[in-house]
Formats: sequence, structure tokens, C-alpha cells
Amino acid sequence: MSQQLGRWRGIFTVFKKEFFENLRDRRTLLSALLIGPVFGPLLFAGLTQFSVKQSDAASDKPVAVAISHPERAPNLVDWLGARGIEMTPIALDDRAARDAVFKREHKIIVAIPADFGARLAGTQPAPILVYSDGSRAFEARAVARVKSLVMQYGQQVAQLRLLARGVDPLVGVPLAVQDIDVSTPTTRSVLLLSMLSYIVLLSMLVGGLYLAIDATAGERERGSLEPLLTTPVPRANLIYGKILASAAYMLLSLILTVTAFAIAVRFIGLERFGMSANLGPTAAAAMIACCAPIALLGAAFLTIIAAFAKSYREAQSYLSFVIAVPTLPLVFAGMLGLVATTALMFVPFLSQHLLITSILRAEPIATVQLLASVLSTLGFGVVLAWIAGRLYNREGLLG
Amino acid sequence: MIAVQALRKSFGEVLAVRGVSFDAADGRITGLLGPNGAGKSTTLRMLYTVLRPDAGDAFVDGVSVVTAPLEVRRSIGVLSHSAGVYPHLTARENILYFGELHGLDRSVRERRADELIELLEMQDFATRRAKGYSQGQRLKTALARALVHEPRNVLLDEPTNGLDVMAVRNLRGLLRKLRERGHCIVFSSHVMQEVAALCDEIVVIARGEVVASGTLEALRARTGQEGLEDAFVSLIGSDAGLE
Repeated sequence: MSQQLGRWRGIFTVFKKEFFENLRDRRTLLSALLIGPVFGPLLFAGLTQFSVKQSDAASDKPVAVAISHPERAPNLVDWLGARGIEMTPIALDDRAARDAVFKREHKIIVAIPADFGARLAGTQPAPILVYSDGSRAFEARAVARVKSLVMQYGQQVAQLRLLARGVDPLVGVPLAVQDIDVSTPTTRSVLLLSMLSYIVLLSMLVGGLYLAIDATAGERERGSLEPLLTTPVPRANLIYGKILASAAYMLLSLILTVTAFAIAVRFIGLERFGMSANLGPTAAAAMIACCAPIALLGAAFLTIIAAFAKSYREAQSYLSFVIAVPTLPLVFAGMLGLVATTALMFVPFLSQHLLITSILRAEPIATVQLLASVLSTLGFGVVLAWIAGRLYNREGLLG
Repeated sequence: MIAVQALRKSFGEVLAVRGVSFDAADGRITGLLGPNGAGKSTTLRMLYTVLRPDAGDAFVDGVSVVTAPLEVRRSIGVLSHSAGVYPHLTARENILYFGELHGLDRSVRERRADELIELLEMQDFATRRAKGYSQGQRLKTALARALVHEPRNVLLDEPTNGLDVMAVRNLRGLLRKLRERGHCIVFSSHVMQEVAALCDEIVVIARGEVVASGTLEALRARTGQEGLEDAFVSLIGSDAGLE
């Protein structure tokens, strides 16, 4: 007995048993070793391919437009037709046109009002109405293209008018704006890859989820908790062992998920559309190292909640939405466009997200920031585990 | 040896145990008999240190359950009411896990596991995973697990619940064997025949209190009732919750 009399006695015994017992549990194994590592990259690859297809399609495919009363502006119609706009002639008034777009009968309607020809001939601004549904994001490109073509037509008309009056058309072009994009292939892909940190962190938590439930709510439901509490191991040590086992599954899931991503990114072929991801072996290892401290925090967090649910089912339903809570900082980061600062490194999950983004962008990471992230996350983890130990001493635990 | 002194426990408004005292000697089987909800389980749970008494104390081999619960746990083996086993571990692994939690060295716990598997006749399922065990197989596993560290004192909460006749006979045989070896055995039951057949000493509990204690003969003499059932019913005041 002597070697076990220390303060931490029993922790390793519980850890070892939970770890190996759960290797035999198909549910735990699936969630830890399959769902995150396999479905994460698959989902990512799918989304990437989809958005690539979308942007490819938007520039190449002819845009279909319904044109109301084309006979009122034959030159404009010819101009649009010559530039890849496929037109369906219709004849609708304003109300009917709004209705048709709203009901998805037509995606875009270009309407020529009755006074179009007269105003154009009289050198008055001639109205053209473009109906579209702004809430359909996928069509925004097509709408912009139609509008830009109509504007170009207008400019051509203006230049012809100036020429006819003996004025140099350049008088009407006071500015020449040039758009220079300095993004590199690596930074361009970051938008897409910011999803990656979300999937990595989430699949990490899912990896330890079932063990956290099984070792606490499950243990009580099976009736094996009470016998366990009659062994001469301090109650807090029992929960520490369980937390560590859940953390170990989270680490396993993390390593597998990042590795799977590193492999998947090669097959997705980001280079094809001018992007590259800094996700070689070194970057992957750095990502794993940055996220590893989350394991303790996540495991303690999930274990506390699972330990006080009345049943396995209740724990499951709590955790399925609680698991999304740590990912909230990521959503804010996306909305507010946060960049890595030392202060933000004290926010768990957010700091890992920012570090992952920096790694993917191949930017240097300040040592202070890295230390702040690792130490504060570990610190939060230790505090939560300690709270779990305190709570496990309560009688209410037995339910 | 167990000495229980005026244990009290309430859950919220409900006073579950109101001053229970009794002694359980080594080499004897002491039965706690009472209807369901009488406070037997709560009393046992305080003895095996899962619940903390509101007042009173109990001493296991002279050690207080209130001030030294960890030490008490070393000298007790517990078969709790819901004796769940780990479904993904084999019976042998279940036993070994508890041996390790009790701080036994690997060689010791392996030897003990083998001994208990033989003693409880578990050979044909000991290396199969516990998922799908029968009630009797689960109980044997839980019992072996409780005895792995050779505890002087054995506490069992309704151990015969849900067992078939053969399993009950085996359990009785085992408890008698433990008594011969000088262990102190306390078990609770609401089955009168069970207690009468096995116990040297009977503690009758009703409504959270000890209403009578002594040998079966002493209880019969005290109530003046020859029939077992009549004796208990007259002690408890009703036959609700007894079998």
C-alpha cells in the first residue's frame, strides 16, 4: 500500500481504468477518433469545393435576366446580349415585377419604363429599373454584373454625346481608380481556413464528451458510483482521474483532427484558385501545441456539468448545447475582426483561435502572447478541476 | 466489529434515521430487518461513509466514520444496493480495479482475484466482459470486488434482491464461510425468512428507529409470538413493506 499513500493516490488508477475501458466503448471511440478527425476535414473540403464552384460559376456562366419591355430600348438589349446576359422578354408593371422577383419567378428583372426612349433622346437621365432580392447572397454577384453592364452602357452613351458636341470624352473621366490587392495566396485562404480552428476546437471537445458523461452520470446510473466511493481514495482524486482521462481523449482527437486537416488540405488544392495554406508538419505541430492546454479546461468543464446531471440522458442534452459555449468567442472574433493582442490571449478558446489564424497566415507569434495563452488556459483548467473536486465531495452527488 | 451510536440523518424535511444504535460483533452475522423506507439503507450508507451523519457516530474496529472515513474504508467491504459493475471490463478486471484502488500491489491483487473467482465459482464468466451478465453473475462480481482487500467487516445492502434460489443459497453459504473466518457481517433485508435463516443477531428497524434487537429466540420470547411473521409484525406494528 505504501506507494499509494501519497496525496494523489488513486488518480492514475482511475485515469488508466477510464482510458482503457472507454477504448472498448464504441460510442466514445467514434466520437473521439472518427467524428472530428474524419468528418471535420470532409465537411471543410466539401464547403471549400462548394465555395470555389460558386465563385467560378459566377464569372463564367451567362446571367439569366428577365427584361420587361425590351422593345423600348433595343440598343441596350443588344449591348447586354453581346456581353453574356441571357434575356427573357416579359411585360410587367412595377407591382407585378416586384411580385415576380419576390415569388422567385425571376431572379433579376430589368424594366424599361415607357418614357425611356423619349428621355434618352431628349438628353434627360433615362430611368432603368433593376429588381432583385438583396437577401439572396448567392445572386449578389449576378446583380452587380448586370448593374455594372448597364452603367457601362450609360457611360458609352455619354462619351458619344460628348464627341458629338466636339468635347474630348476624357473630360468626363476625372479619376482613374486602380484596385491593387496586396493579399498573398496564404492570406487569401485564411478566410476559408478560419473555419478550421472552429472545427478543430469543437472536435476536440466532442472527443472527450462521452467519456466525461460516462465517467460521471453514466457511473451513477449504472450503480457503480457508490461502490467506488467506498474505496479509500479521496473523492476529489476520483474526479481528477476522470477529468484527466477525458482530457487525454481530447488530446487524441486534437492530434488526429489536425493531422487529418494537414493531409486534406493537400488534396483540396487551394493553389488552384490562388491560395495556399501554411499547414505543413511544423505548422500542424504548432497548432497542436497551442490547442493542447484546452484539453484540461474542456474536460473539467464538461465533467462538472455531466457530474451533476441526474441521468446520462440529461447530461447528454445539457452538453450538446453547452459544448457550443466555448466557441462563442470565435464567433465574436469573426464579427469584430479581432486580431491577436496580449490581452486577448487571456481568453481561452479565443486565444487558440487567434494563434491558429496566425500560424495559418505564416505570421510570427510573440513569445509573450504564446505564454499568456498557454499559461492562462492551463490556469483556468486547474481552477475548474479543483472546483470539480470540491463539488464531488458533496452528498448530493449520489442523486 | 462495528458499534453504532445514535446515528441521525435527514434529507431536507424528511428525518430518515432518528437515533439508531446497535453493535455488530466479529464472527457473527447481524441483520437489519425492516420494511422498505425504514432507514436501513441510510444507516448502512452512513456506516460505509458515503453519507455523513447529522448526529451520532459509528465506529468500525474503533475508528470513527465521522472523523476518519478514509481509514474506515480500508477495513470494510461494501455491497451497495445498486451494485453496478463496469460493462466494458471483465469480472476479473472489475475486481483488479478495486484492488488497485485499495492500494494492493499487482501480485497481491492478482492472487486475490484468482482466489475470489474460485471461491465464488466465477470461472466460466470471469474473463468475459460484464455487459450481458445475469443478475447473479453481476452480484458475484460486485461481491468479489468488495472482498478483494480482505476486509474485516462486510456490509451488504439487500444482497438477495433479484437473485434466483440457487444464487441466494450460494450467497448464504459464502456469508457463513466469512463468519467462520471471524468477519463481522452486517446485512439489511426486508425479507423475514432471509434474516431468520441467516442471522445470529437481528436488529429490527422501523420509521428510522431500532424497535428491537437480539437473537431470533430472544425476539420470539419478548413478543410472546411463536410464529416468525407474527413476532416481527408485533414489533413493527404493521406488516406493510415486509415479505
